[in-house]
Amino acid sequence: MKKIIIWILFIALFLILSIGIFDMPTSPTLDAPSYNETIHYYLENGVNETGAINIVTAVITDYRGFDTLGETIVLFAAIVAVSSVLRIPSKKNEEEAQKHE
Amino acid sequence: MNDTILKSITRIIVPFIQVYGVFIILHGHLSPGGGFSGGALIGTSLILFTLVFGVKKAKVKFSERVAEISGSAGIIIYVLVGIVGLVLAGSFLTNIEAGFPAGVAGTLMSAGMIPIIMIGIGIKVASTMITLFHTLVEEEVR
Repeated sequence: MKKIIIWILFIALFLILSIGIFDMPTSPTLDAPSYNETIHYYLENGVNETGAINIVTAVITDYRGFDTLGETIVLFAAIVAVSSVLRIPSKKNEEEAQKHE
Repeated sequence: MNDTILKSITRIIVPFIQVYGVFIILHGHLSPGGGFSGGALIGTSLILFTLVFGVKKAKVKFSERVAEISGSAGIIIYVLVGIVGLVLAGSFLTNIEAGFPAGVAGTLMSAGMIPIIMIGIGIKVASTMITLFHTLVEEEVR
C-alpha cells in the first residue's frame, strides 16, 4: 500500500514537471520570459553608469555586486569549514591544548 | 615526484601562468575574465608547484600565515569598498556616484571600483584553491 502511494506521488510529480518543460520556450523568440527590458537597459546604459566596457563584469560586480559578495563569502565559509575540521594543528598548539585539558 | 623534465618545465612555466592570471584579473573590466578566472589561474599554478615539488617546499612559498591573511583580505577589500559606497552615496556598493573615478571607458584605469573588487575576488579565489589543496594533501602525507 505504501509503495503504491509513493509511486502515485512520483508519477504526479513527474507529470507536473513535464508540464513545466513543455511550457519552456523551444527557441529564442521575442516573447521568451528572459527577453525583457533589462537587457536593453544594461546594453544602453551599462558603459555610462559603470565605465566598464565588459558588460558581464559590469553586471556581476556593479549591478549585482551584492550577489558576488555572497559568492565570495561562500568560498570563505568553505575554507573555514575545511580548515577547522581537517587542519593538522602544529606541535606548539597541540601542547597548549593539552595544558588546557 | 622526482622527474627532472617535470621540475625544469614547472620552474619555467609557473611565473608565466601567474603573470597571465594577474593580467586577467586586472583586465576584468576590459576583456573576458575577471577575479574568478584569474584567481583560479594563480591558484592552479601553485597547485602545480605543490604537485611537482611537494608540500613542504610549497609551504615555504605559501605558508599558513599568508593563507590566513590573504583569505580574509579578499573579503575585507570587497566589504570596505562597499562601505565607502554606503557612506558617500547612501547605498552599499555604489560605483560612480560614490566618487570612484570613472576614467575613460576602455582604458586600464577606468570603471571606478570594479578593478578594486576584482583584485579582492582574485586574492580570495587564489588563496581558497591553494589552502584547500594544501589542507587535503597534507592530511594524506602524514
